[in-house]
Amino acid sequence: MTSSRKILAIATAAVCAVGLAAAPARAQEDPVKIGFLATMSGPPGIIGKHLYDGFMLAINQAKAEAGGRPIEVIAVDDELKPDLAVAKAQELIERDEVDFVAGIVFSNILMAVFRPITESETFLIGGNAGTSTVAGRRCSPYFFSTSYQNDQVHAVMGKYAEDQGYKKVVLLAPNYQAGRDSVAGFNSEYTGNVVDTIYVPLNTLDFSAELARIASAEPDALFTFMPGGMGVALVKQFRQAGLADKVVFLSTFTVDEATMMATKDDALGLYGSAQWAANLPAEGNAEFVSSFKETYGYQPALYAAQGFDMGLLILSAINAVDGDLSDKAAVRKAIAAADFKSIRGDFKFNTNQFPIQDFYLTQAVKTEDGDYVMNAVETVFEDAADSYASECKM
Amino acid sequence: MDTTLLLVQLLNGLQLGVLLFLVAAGLTLVFGIMDFINLAHGVQYMVGAYLGVVFLALTGSFLLTIPLVLVGSFLIAVVLEHLVFRKLYRASHLSQVLATVGVLLFITELVEIIFGPQLYQIPIPAFLDGAVPLTDTLQYPVYRLVVIGLGLMLAVALWLAVSKTRLGALVRAGATDAEMVSALGVDVERLFLFVFAFGGMLAGFAGLVAAPIVAVEAHMGNQVLILCFVVIVIGGIGSIEGAFLGALIVALVDTLGRTFTTDIMKLLVDPSAATTIGPALASMLIYLLMAVVLFFKPRGLYPAKA
Repeated sequence: MTSSRKILAIATAAVCAVGLAAAPARAQEDPVKIGFLATMSGPPGIIGKHLYDGFMLAINQAKAEAGGRPIEVIAVDDELKPDLAVAKAQELIERDEVDFVAGIVFSNILMAVFRPITESETFLIGGNAGTSTVAGRRCSPYFFSTSYQNDQVHAVMGKYAEDQGYKKVVLLAPNYQAGRDSVAGFNSEYTGNVVDTIYVPLNTLDFSAELARIASAEPDALFTFMPGGMGVALVKQFRQAGLADKVVFLSTFTVDEATMMATKDDALGLYGSAQWAANLPAEGNAEFVSSFKETYGYQPALYAAQGFDMGLLILSAINAVDGDLSDKAAVRKAIAAADFKSIRGDFKFNTNQFPIQDFYLTQAVKTEDGDYVMNAVETVFEDAADSYASECKM
Repeated sequence: MDTTLLLVQLLNGLQLGVLLFLVAAGLTLVFGIMDFINLAHGVQYMVGAYLGVVFLALTGSFLLTIPLVLVGSFLIAVVLEHLVFRKLYRASHLSQVLATVGVLLFITELVEIIFGPQLYQIPIPAFLDGAVPLTDTLQYPVYRLVVIGLGLMLAVALWLAVSKTRLGALVRAGATDAEMVSALGVDVERLFLFVFAFGGMLAGFAGLVAAPIVAVEAHMGNQVLILCFVVIVIGGIGSIEGAFLGALIVALVDTLGRTFTTDIMKLLVDPSAATTIGPALASMLIYLLMAVVLFFKPRGLYPAKA
């Protein structure tokens, strides 16, 4: 018995030794797993689609390989339900043992999954939502954003209105937290006269009453945040009410390549704000736009660009550590270095791991090929950092 | 606030009112005559808009699209009635609610699978594009005026059909006592089918005429459906007159409420509180109105059954 046990022990040890020796080699062949968690269904699913397609374009252009290891992407839909998102995030972390979670379209989803993911010491790369708390006092070493802090985009419009010297402005937003944040963001830079602040119920589709109110207020400009179908309805009715020739239309997340598929000519000339546009001269940007269009058959919006940068960022980090993701501190350093060519141009991370970047005034135009795009027409903020970074202690 | 703004808002309310009426008419007849709660009625509105997108792309003409959408909506309603709803007429209201919500989810998802999550649009036909100037600052889109005109014409036609024709008499009789109508030798099943399909067609038409104003997407019917239930509860279930009255009241209260509640609140409380309370109160107004109507007239303003 003893001898056979000894033999068994030796055999086990030998197998272990072989296993250990083989381990690094096998780790190299083991795929790096990236969980892609975003809202991909329902009316807001279009944003998730842009984000995902942009992200996969980056991964596929690298032939789904980085640091000598293949890359496996597991895509899941959070259906814009925070409880479901948490369950899906836990599945990704515990069952699939992913190395990164990427995506996240909406702020309420980000707030729900932020702790479960970062506390498991899995890297979370936010591709769109950027709430003030995760940029500030609740920031985490395991969270990076490739988009912006939410307030910044609205502040761009406030700054532009201020610079243009508009004397009377009307603000129009849906009556929920993000809508109220947009108004606060605009007002943080605009010191002129806000003659009226109109809140409408979420999912309002007929703005005739509000547009009549705006027309009779005779403002220089209208600032609005009306994502998705609301924005489409507003843009069409704004044009139909004859206001487009009289009132400057400043907006955030309202006029973009996704909504212009429905508004078409009605959106032309209207303004938006973004950190990326198809006409930016950054290296690789034109190639991104053309290969995105060729691959997916539609025009990329800024969400697609954020997704693409998110992919490039993760690839650059895996390459920097040669595919060895076991040393979390090294991986974090590699991500923070942001050693990739962002298609928006200059890109680096602030201390709270949100980007320091330029913001532009964008305008809806129709290209010679008949595509509707948002072109950058003016730089409003240069190398802008968000105002919450100082609250972030890491 | 000046009189022109008030006029514009009245027109806006009227325009929303006739759209609501077109959807609510079918809903109230189906509910009143067949005692059938159809939560999938908003789907007909959405499908009408999508049919409009498809037929407009195929024919390139808005005028040709209208009859095609009417026929398409009618046929879809016939198919739905045959496949699903027919089996539910005798079921309890709870079963009807569950089954029709199922249909609602199924068709919405199906439309999303076929058309994808992106938004679609129907442009305003060129001959109706333009605006009528009212003052220097205010103007009113021609298209919306046409919608109001069409809606009012349809309302009158529908009222005449229901109150003056033999078919209308059967429909009214069915709403009052379906069993007695059946006992008198009328094919109630066919009557039900016709009313159902006709209601579906009106909703489809409403979806088509709304499409140039709003965005076409798979969930567009849900909001309209909720408003329409408020409309028929206020108006009185089963009556065309009630649906018309209810639609106008709901639309006007909603439109005027959204415009003036915040201003009125500003007179009562400080401005920052008013911008918080105003919009919340404005979106509650129609439900408050419904509660008041139900308190004084539990059967609605214009009930069908005596």
